[in-house]
Amino acid sequence: MSELARLRWKCRRGMLELDLLLRAFINGGYAQLDAAQRARFDQLLDYPDALLLEWLMGRIRPTDKDVVQLVDKIRAAAAP
Amino acid sequence: MEKRSFDTLIIGAGGGGLRAALQLSQAEARVAVVSKVFPTRSHTVAAQGGVNAALANVLPDNWHWHMFDTVKGSDYLGDQDAIEYMCRAAPRAVYELEHFGVPFSRLETGKIYQRAFGGQSRDFGGEQAVRTCAAADRTGHAILHSLYQQNIHARTHFFDEYFAMELVQNQDGYFLGAVAMNIADGEPILIEAKTTILATGGVGQLFRTNTNALVNTGDGMAMALRAGIPLQDMEFFQFHPTGIAGKGMLITEGARGEGGYLLNGDGERFMERYAPNAKDLASRDVVSRAIATEVREGRGVGPNRDHVLLKLDHLGADIVKKRLPGIRDMVMTFLHTDPADTPIPVYPTAHYTMGGIPTDRHGQVVVPVQQGAEEPVPGLYAVGECACVSVHGANRLGGNSLLDILVFGRAAANHVIEQLKEQRYHQPIPGDAADVALERLARWNRQGKGESIAALRAQLTKAMEDHCGVFRNEDVLQEGQQAVLALRERLQDAYIDDHSQVFNTARIEAMELENLVDTALATVSSALARRESRGAHSRIDYPERDDQQWLKHSLFSLEDLKMDYKPVRMKPLTVDSFPPKKRTY
Ligand SMILES: Cc1cc2nc3c(=O)[nH]c(=O)nc-3n(C[C@H](O)[C@H](O)[C@H](O)COP(=O)(O)OP(=O)(O)OC[C@H]3O[C@@H](n4cnc5c(N)ncnc54)[C@H](O)[C@@H]3O)c2cc1C
Repeated sequence: MSELARLRWKCRRGMLELDLLLRAFINGGYAQLDAAQRARFDQLLDYPDALLLEWLMGRIRPTDKDVVQLVDKIRAAAAP
Repeated sequence: MEKRSFDTLIIGAGGGGLRAALQLSQAEARVAVVSKVFPTRSHTVAAQGGVNAALANVLPDNWHWHMFDTVKGSDYLGDQDAIEYMCRAAPRAVYELEHFGVPFSRLETGKIYQRAFGGQSRDFGGEQAVRTCAAADRTGHAILHSLYQQNIHARTHFFDEYFAMELVQNQDGYFLGAVAMNIADGEPILIEAKTTILATGGVGQLFRTNTNALVNTGDGMAMALRAGIPLQDMEFFQFHPTGIAGKGMLITEGARGEGGYLLNGDGERFMERYAPNAKDLASRDVVSRAIATEVREGRGVGPNRDHVLLKLDHLGADIVKKRLPGIRDMVMTFLHTDPADTPIPVYPTAHYTMGGIPTDRHGQVVVPVQQGAEEPVPGLYAVGECACVSVHGANRLGGNSLLDILVFGRAAANHVIEQLKEQRYHQPIPGDAADVALERLARWNRQGKGESIAALRAQLTKAMEDHCGVFRNEDVLQEGQQAVLALRERLQDAYIDDHSQVFNTARIEAMELENLVDTALATVSSALARRESRGAHSRIDYPERDDQQWLKHSLFSLEDLKMDYKPVRMKPLTVDSFPPKKRTY
């Protein structure tokens, strides 16, 4: 529980785009991740906002295959 | 309660806070920076366009032309001494950034790349100037990361993920630091300081549709208000006509520049009625007000008829993909539709807070004293978007806010350095100094059933959008003020369910809502009082600028919701004053 709480605050970013995408994901798709994926999500949040934005807007594909998967899941969680 | 002591406490780690911190740390002062999010996640990262300085790398330019544009852009409400100071200091501020490691884009000559932005001219209102220095489209990111690295190097002490709750002052009104809460474990801490600098950023989250990060809840402005400091010029809020409806992200003018146009719920190209010549490319405020009017009069789109459409599909997929790739990515990500096929739902989006905590050009917070001139508040400074110095007046020019945070971050720090020389010791802190903050914390730990914070916040931001957005008149604003007052009452009866101590986001959001409500009250009350149209504040019932009565700054105090006014500083430091003229572009 406190782990989720910590990540929820870590999803507060400097850009509205990231706030909206990450908030939707932490309240939705995150629950379905396994332990390894959750750890990867935590690591993903360590990247600077400018790079996260490029990834999450689909402008640049990350090189790591696992990160690609996670990015796709976050993008899918952005409900219109 | 834990207590720590520093020479200077800086609340906020955006560009403004970090620029001040660096100057102080390099001067060997003991500096603490408190930030509710990790410093490099401050909202400054979102700035893409760039920072203005008359470097003349592309075309001839000088600071005096930059000053003219800023005064005119402010609709003559900007203080001309502060504006002269900022424009003169701009080139140095940019070269300093270069020295700190900001990777500016380059021209072929090797000089810093500059781009053209709206509102910039050569020779006092002549041809377009080229004045905005950029590091690709990541200028804010580059500035924030470079300043953070420099601060680490200079040994600035960071309290990351600490939420500042209230300022601390003694009976004589001297500011002595702040009470903050460690978000990780919920523990309060008293941070004692000889001087305190507020650098908490703007309050875009006041409006349902806005471009700002969720952290921009005006905490510093609200703390100042509660400490008895009035807020200045809060009625001036910059809106952009086309944000993605219900989400806020900006769709640049470029989309309409390429031939996109707006449609209402009847499928009508309504801008033809409001601006027969310029149509969809009319000025920002005209387009914004037209959209709000269509929606108010029931001609909106969607189940709630609360937005209009921006149509691009007639341009053809090729043009949309080639010329508007950024907009297409964003719309596809958030709406799962392709603007090459489907029109985009849009509504005016709140972008920048011109008003804030009143300061002089040294960043010292100033308040009027009885009938006399204003005086500095001992121990308290403010810089950046939370402050009103006032260089933006009634309307900010693009590229001037990054400049503002750099120039006045540095200026405030230099003033503090001088003050610290005279003040070697901390003043005693009154025993009850932290009581207000602790009571506030305890209040949100109480059990009970009541209104939900999320629902109240949604109602507040909707009320502000409908009653204090781009469509303003006496009745609408009066209703807005009543709505905000009623929500403020209801907030007294709100409870949160989560009383855990570790990263309790619910409690932070409750305190952020308290801050939003107080700044909302300042904004709507100031807008109601100002019976003229100037810059970003436009009243349907008072469509003209009225220099006779209203060439003055507003000051709103929380006590009795009192409005007060003070003159605009029309006299620059060394050059002649720019007298008010009609503002045409
Ligand atoms: C999308 C977008 C694009 C922009 N582009 C440009 C541009 O191209 N050029 C330009 O000049 N301007 C631009 N601006 C405006 C500019 O980015 C901001 O005005 C500026 O970055 C504000 O900086 P700041 O240091 O005042 O505050 P911020 O960067 O907002 O930082 C505020 C800091 O205060 C902290 N804080 C707030 N409350 C608390 C609290 N209670 N406790 C502890 N810490 C707290 C936050 O954690 C953060 O560290 C843009 C704005 C937006 C929204």
